[in-house]
Amino acid sequence: MSEASGKIVGVNGNMITVEFDGAVSQNEVGFACLGDLRLMAEVVRVRGSLADMQVFEDTALLGIGDIVEFTGDLLSVELGPGLLTQVYDGLQNPLPELAEKCGFFLDRGNYLEAIPRGTPWEWTPTAKVGDKVSAGLTLGQVPEGIFQHHIMLPFAMDGNYEITYLAEPGTYRVEDVIAKVKDEKGAEHEVTMLQRWPVKVPIQAYQERLRPSEPMVTKVRIIDTFFPVALGGTYCIPGPFGAGKTVLQQITSRYADVDIVILAACGERAGEVVETLREFPELTDPRTGKSLMDRTVIICNTSSMPVAAREASVYTAVTLAGYYRQMGMNVLLLADSTSRWAQALREMSGRLEEIPGEEAFPAYLESVIASFYERGGRVRLKDGRTGSITIGGTVSPAGGNFDEPVTQATLKVVGAFHGLSRARSDARRYPAIDPLDSWSKYPSVVNPDQIDLARGILRDGTEIGQMMKVVGEEGTSIEDFLVYLKGEYVDAVYLQQDAYHDIDAATSADRQKMVFGVITDILKASMVFDDKETARRFFHQLTQTTKDWNRVDIEDPQFEELKNRLVNMVSEVTANA
Amino acid sequence: MHKVYHRVESIAGNVINIRATGIKYRELAEVTSRSGSSLAQVIQLRGDLVSLQVFAGARGVATDAQVRFLGRSMEVPFGDFLLGRIFTGGAQPRDKGPVLSENLIQIGGPSVNPAKRIIPKKMVRTGIPMIDIFNTLVESQKLPVFARAGEPYNPLLARIALQAEVDIIILGGMGLKHDDYLYFRDTLEESGALSRTVMFVHTAADPIVECLLVPDISLAVAEQFALQNKRVLVLLTDMTNFADALKEIAITMEQIPSNRGYPGDLYSQLAARYEKAVEFDGAGSITILAVTSMPGDDVTHPVPDNTGYITEGQFYLRNGRIEPFGSLSRLKQQVNGDTRSDHRTIMNTMIQLYAGFRETTEKQSMGFRMSAWDTKLLKYGERFEKEMMDLSVNIPLEEALDLGWKILADCFEPMETGIPSKLTDQYWPS
Ligand SMILES: Nc1ncnc2c1ncn2[C@@H]1O[C@H](COP(=O)(O)OP(=O)(O)O)[C@@H](O)[C@H]1O
Ligand SMILES: [Mg+2]
Repeated sequence: MSEASGKIVGVNGNMITVEFDGAVSQNEVGFACLGDLRLMAEVVRVRGSLADMQVFEDTALLGIGDIVEFTGDLLSVELGPGLLTQVYDGLQNPLPELAEKCGFFLDRGNYLEAIPRGTPWEWTPTAKVGDKVSAGLTLGQVPEGIFQHHIMLPFAMDGNYEITYLAEPGTYRVEDVIAKVKDEKGAEHEVTMLQRWPVKVPIQAYQERLRPSEPMVTKVRIIDTFFPVALGGTYCIPGPFGAGKTVLQQITSRYADVDIVILAACGERAGEVVETLREFPELTDPRTGKSLMDRTVIICNTSSMPVAAREASVYTAVTLAGYYRQMGMNVLLLADSTSRWAQALREMSGRLEEIPGEEAFPAYLESVIASFYERGGRVRLKDGRTGSITIGGTVSPAGGNFDEPVTQATLKVVGAFHGLSRARSDARRYPAIDPLDSWSKYPSVVNPDQIDLARGILRDGTEIGQMMKVVGEEGTSIEDFLVYLKGEYVDAVYLQQDAYHDIDAATSADRQKMVFGVITDILKASMVFDDKETARRFFHQLTQTTKDWNRVDIEDPQFEELKNRLVNMVSEVTANA
Repeated sequence: MHKVYHRVESIAGNVINIRATGIKYRELAEVTSRSGSSLAQVIQLRGDLVSLQVFAGARGVATDAQVRFLGRSMEVPFGDFLLGRIFTGGAQPRDKGPVLSENLIQIGGPSVNPAKRIIPKKMVRTGIPMIDIFNTLVESQKLPVFARAGEPYNPLLARIALQAEVDIIILGGMGLKHDDYLYFRDTLEESGALSRTVMFVHTAADPIVECLLVPDISLAVAEQFALQNKRVLVLLTDMTNFADALKEIAITMEQIPSNRGYPGDLYSQLAARYEKAVEFDGAGSITILAVTSMPGDDVTHPVPDNTGYITEGQFYLRNGRIEPFGSLSRLKQQVNGDTRSDHRTIMNTMIQLYAGFRETTEKQSMGFRMSAWDTKLLKYGERFEKEMMDLSVNIPLEEALDLGWKILADCFEPMETGIPSKLTDQYWPS
């Protein structure tokens, strides 16, 4: 296909209007030429011989008549061994390499290869010559850090093939031919370890989609116990600024029981990415004993980086997630914040002068959000194994009001909702997930009956607390007062969790089952106190001891000691029925 | 050499449209009419129709004005010669010093590669307990003061600027009252800090478009100093005026507003400025302390709301005090673990107890009987407000922490504070 070319006839912010000759397709990539600089852009609308394009760079000094060269390709990413540990921008440029080349600043017009070409990989074929294969089936493997990276028949190869050649085991680079296959017409195709895939198209080289049913353990108690997420599930974390969305995602990215974590830092602070970027290589992954970075890819398009690339960044991230899912891995994609991506859509929609919907978001906002989350899910691969993409997105609603288009569109499609509340974060009750408003459709790590009990006490306790503000403590019965204290107690020792404490920050599923069992017994106990002041003092002490318990390693002898102390404390005030 | 045009097609707000060819997006032009001359910048190109935003305002621009394109975008002179100088938002001298045109640098340059940033680790000491203990300010942080009109935010900014150990102070004033401008100038001068200060001041009386330039110019200059290994503190007051100037241009350009008239890209526009705060890997740093006045004292107003999502926390200034609730330094945990072993505990405990105090005052105001616990909280809250929150308190962090223990010990038993026994053993005053 011969690539079209065109000339700029309009510039408005990061949108250029281009008059072109030849054929141009929607979402095709082109380059606007500014002297020696070539600025990448994507077609977002075509009308007659005019294409509107969003430029992924600052458009300063572009002028009428400047040339645009179209590529014939949709916006795509590179897939192959060497993705893990990388830090990319929204267009998959490796940021550390860019820094080496350009220094402190992200000068426009620099595009680098995403996957290093020179790295040697230890290839072992696992298929055999003569095998029938189709897209997504494994031909062989290379070790990538702690994983066996499957080299698959590229996803773009439609139809059925027969393997005619497999390279001997040995060291190869990503562009070396490691296999040849013959299509049904007998034509031969060479296969390397490197393939490209358009980011806005889901990878579907699997057998079928499965229901997400197994829990994805985040080690955050309020999530795993009360509002769990499943492997292959989707969830969202809306909350006003400062409520703890990013911290919650950071701890999840550290502790979640998954194979691979892809972080999409989408239109938020650069400083937060830097924390991950600098700290992860130093932190060990308890699952593997290796650096946390070994299982992580960061896609970083922070708020001052070009807005159009921000829109691309979430698709880049989910495409990489899809690639590793095809290898049978459980991938967690964390996007912070999906609202920034929605705003990028809004900015472009405004420049295109489309008819605006609510709060000037485009009318297609809902369907775009829905199809993004649809890219999550658990699947059975063609060879019978399973893989999953779990997607967790933060939402940053204007004014902290969830009744706004992005939150509402997201709530329609996700399987769990972790709503952060300003009241809880102001009271330093972290993580500030609202225990009464949040919900999940996935199964918990603890017994459902226990949850119902705790939830009932939390709800009643809150109500009594509200009531007490009106009628005062003296107008509240001691029974009600105890429910209130018990509610406050579960909140303080179980829902709240200290993200900055080595032990308390991550509670394993087993420990959750165990601790929650003890707490359930405490909630059930019918305690007797002479007066409210004594009750309050008792719960002060109980809370203190339980918090100490939370801070002790489960292997530490103190763990049992503190547990026994708790049980004794409670039995001392419990009525002998 | 540069193209000159003589026919203005239309004028709306501060934007003029002319027909011209070979013009570049964001290029500067000089617009001259009988009433004077001003710089202008290209903000949209549609075929040969060019929209320009006139810095001095379009008032008085005639349809036969002369428009001369300069073939470059906005630049500002840079060098040590800036120190001690005061300029307008358009980088023209406001003091009696010479006009500068040497060593021009670009404004609004590209953002820093995140790979070239490092995690900030240096505390900025302010002597204000509400900051030093509870919401520690950190070098390279971007932090606004949220306040309604009339709160003493400018004196607070000046006080922090003078107390902080930085190499360079840059003041960007937007819509500043003339009195406030003089206040900053005199305060900096009296303390001897003026010689390490550069001021870009747009006052309420100046053309609105110049207000838009202030953050970019201030931060471009700051960035150059930081690249020379300097620790730079940038004060931006008041960013709400900047946002309002953005709104005015957006409306003139008939953009569809997203929220209360503000353009849909308000977040990106503010972020492009605030994200200039940086600690370079291998050079200096930029810390940004800004003022965001809250129209109607409403934090959900689009300007404070978008700001809060961008900045690394915020200080709420209310009734002349920094409110402990809502105020937040997101970077505090980068530094408060290395100050003193009781810092975090004092921070958390005192705030939680103060929250209890607030609840108790509510109960009290409704006429409920005060329990023994309530009485303790009341005593505590009063002392906290008087000895910690009052802005006149000026003591180093360590002294403030000691004071914290003293207040706690005067009001509570150790167990009631919820502080782990290990720490009460060490610090509880006997
Ligand atoms: N789990 C937590 N434990 C302790 N502090 C927290 C926790 N979550 C948030 N915080 C505090 O709140 C601040 C803001 O959190 P952050 O996640 O950045 O908010 P958001 O992303 O919602 O704007 C953090 O800097 C930290 O001080
Ligand atoms: Mg955040």
